[in-house]
Amino acid sequence: MSEEPLLKVENLKTQFFTEDGTVRAVDGISFEVYEGELVGLVGESGAGKSVAALSVMRLIDSPGVIVDGEVTFKGKTLVGYEETTGEPGEPPELVEREEMLTEEEMRTQIRGREIAIIFQDPMESLNPVFTVGSQLREFIELNRDLSGTEARAEAVQMLREVGIPEPEKRYEQYPHQFSGGMRQRVLIAMALACEPSLIIADEPTTALDVTVEGQILDLVEELQRKYDTAFVWVTHDMGVVAEICDRVNVMYLGEVIEQANVEELFYDTKHPYTEALLASMPRPDRTTGELNPIRGVMPEAINPPSGCRFHSRCPDAREVCRRVHPDLRAIENGDHDGDENGRVHRAACVKHDAFDVGYPESEPLENEATGGFEVGLTQEGSR
Amino acid sequence: MMAVHETQGEEEFADEPTEGGVDEVEARVGLAYTLKQVKRDSTARMGFYIIAFITAIAAFVSIDYYLLDYAMAKAIPFLHHPERDPEVINTLLPPVGMENGLGSGTWEHPLGTDHRGRDILTRLIYGTRIAMTVGFMATAIGLVGGTLVGAVSGYYGGWVDDVLQRITDTIYAIPFLVLVIAFMSAFGRDISYAMVGVGIASIPVFNRLIRSRVVSIREEEYIEAAKAAGVKDRNIILRHVIPNSFAPVLVQATLQVGVSILIVAGLSFLGFGAQPPTPSWGQMLAASRNYMLPAPTFSIWPGIAILVTVVAFNLLGDGLQDALDPRINN
Ligand SMILES: Nc1ncnc2c1ncn2[C@@H]1O[C@H](COP(=O)(O)OP(=O)(O)O)[C@@H](O)[C@H]1O
Ligand code: SF4
Ligand SMILES: [Mg+2]
Repeated sequence: MSEEPLLKVENLKTQFFTEDGTVRAVDGISFEVYEGELVGLVGESGAGKSVAALSVMRLIDSPGVIVDGEVTFKGKTLVGYEETTGEPGEPPELVEREEMLTEEEMRTQIRGREIAIIFQDPMESLNPVFTVGSQLREFIELNRDLSGTEARAEAVQMLREVGIPEPEKRYEQYPHQFSGGMRQRVLIAMALACEPSLIIADEPTTALDVTVEGQILDLVEELQRKYDTAFVWVTHDMGVVAEICDRVNVMYLGEVIEQANVEELFYDTKHPYTEALLASMPRPDRTTGELNPIRGVMPEAINPPSGCRFHSRCPDAREVCRRVHPDLRAIENGDHDGDENGRVHRAACVKHDAFDVGYPESEPLENEATGGFEVGLTQEGSR
Repeated sequence: MMAVHETQGEEEFADEPTEGGVDEVEARVGLAYTLKQVKRDSTARMGFYIIAFITAIAAFVSIDYYLLDYAMAKAIPFLHHPERDPEVINTLLPPVGMENGLGSGTWEHPLGTDHRGRDILTRLIYGTRIAMTVGFMATAIGLVGGTLVGAVSGYYGGWVDDVLQRITDTIYAIPFLVLVIAFMSAFGRDISYAMVGVGIASIPVFNRLIRSRVVSIREEEYIEAAKAAGVKDRNIILRHVIPNSFAPVLVQATLQVGVSILIVAGLSFLGFGAQPPTPSWGQMLAASRNYMLPAPTFSIWPGIAILVTVVAFNLLGDGLQDALDPRINN
């Protein structure tokens, strides 16, 4: 694998300036995607995954603004500002760096051609008044220099490629004549049509039932091998992550709180939130039956908690967690620093030695997970 | 690879389509699709046939008027010159088989004659030209203007939207007829100003309709998907937003043609619009009003013509509403 990442996101911040206040939907996330890699972006609903995905494509609409950070893709600057100034609560004055692509360049060079995106709802992502084939063909014509008939042949070929039976006939049909799984295949075909280097898939299988989801995941793995396309796979489902991802970024309330390759994330979990997510998912390898849903609800992104944002729900929370806001740091892994590609396991949790802010001496914190709010009802919860 | 896909056969298709040949139209918008739908709805079909009939007559008389200088009117036995006073003047004759104080009806003038002795049937037939031209042109002006304003307004939102909608509100606040009469007083009493005036006055109708469609379509995921695929704003509006507004707009346009015909007839009645001797229904109605007692049938005929035409457009409009309803999958 090449050393330079395909996509590099650094300290990306996207905020929505609403009447109720500033929603810090994405609050300084950093991650990389290397060529041909399947990277997961996982977290509960509202964690900021979709906003992060759209920010990379610069598809954030008012009242949302990408207020800070840098996104580079194949050496091109998709997002990059000179110093930003502004009052809190107001959209800042942004001065774009010279090398930052213009909207026109984003449209003609990046969107659809280099980075494609697949949205969550396959029922809604196709225009109901046109045949599936004409939409696919239009998209191919838009992005590649092909005549109408060539584009049509290509479109039929793409439908075949993504496993749609009788593609010739299906080409002539409308979206409502397709099932959810079949539509998602069409969207995958559209995304692949220009052979982009990166596809961002925003919960593409969430709306599908499990069997169909499995088939789509198989298809994606197969196509990914064939085309060597990198993927950012957005999901809230650890099961999907386990099935297809190479590396994973776990998001909580606008931040990436753990970053590791998929084996380490599952078998050497460093962040209590990731642990909680894992515990809440059914796992065939852990026979002890019970599922433990994460206690409490994720706080609002308008007013994130002080210190570690997870402290209100973290079973390991201590006094210090309320004061110290942990950044994402490399955590030693005992036997090695990073995986075979030199990519390190990072986590944002002060209980690790890398932080050294006095976690061991700190008093345990009562919260939604440790039972502080239900004192007297579930005593065994508090330690 | 195929092996993989064959195992996916279990995956269910939505409703297995009943048809799907190669000639299936590419889009659920457009003329071919609309005609197909209209054929299935009996109300729409009836309106459609009446309109087709009247339009055919209008086309025929327009050719005769513009290109042949009424040569056809002279050549066809039961027609007379629609404008010129006849040589033998029999004013206000009743329809054939009836009698009034001025004489009895003859086959020469099956529907009778007007106050100058001109053949009413001929003038009714030649009156279709003004009615249909005005109806269609005024609607076209309103449609194009309203679609542009509404699409831009709804798609971009913000201050663009505010400015355009406030202007629209202002136009909308003035009664239709007053607006058109003011417009014609400023520019001229000619029928073409009536057409433009009614067209401009109906811009708000389409503007609001399109805007509300656009505002809801703008939030659809396929718009976001198109943006993410690098489609230009202009193409998003043309390819996605407007076609998705096609059905309600077509319905509105159909109804609006009827409304425009009615309005212009009203204007002609008031002396704005087609000027004598050009045959037009509204102006025939205006002329007949002085002869209600001696020749009541004189005013009935143009009334019937207007009624039938306007009802036909309403029938088609209502029928289309059902036929093109996207919630009904047929
Ligand atoms: N258009 C918007 N206006 C205001 N807040 C928004 C908007 N879009 C997203 N948000 C907020 O941003 C946060 C992250 O949302 P999202 O990225 O959609 O979460 P996820 O995809 O992880 O479920 C949420 O708190 C959400 O309320
Ligand atoms: S920093 Fe504290 S509250 Fe946050 S995850 Fe670690 S232990 Fe839990
Ligand atoms: Mg989401």
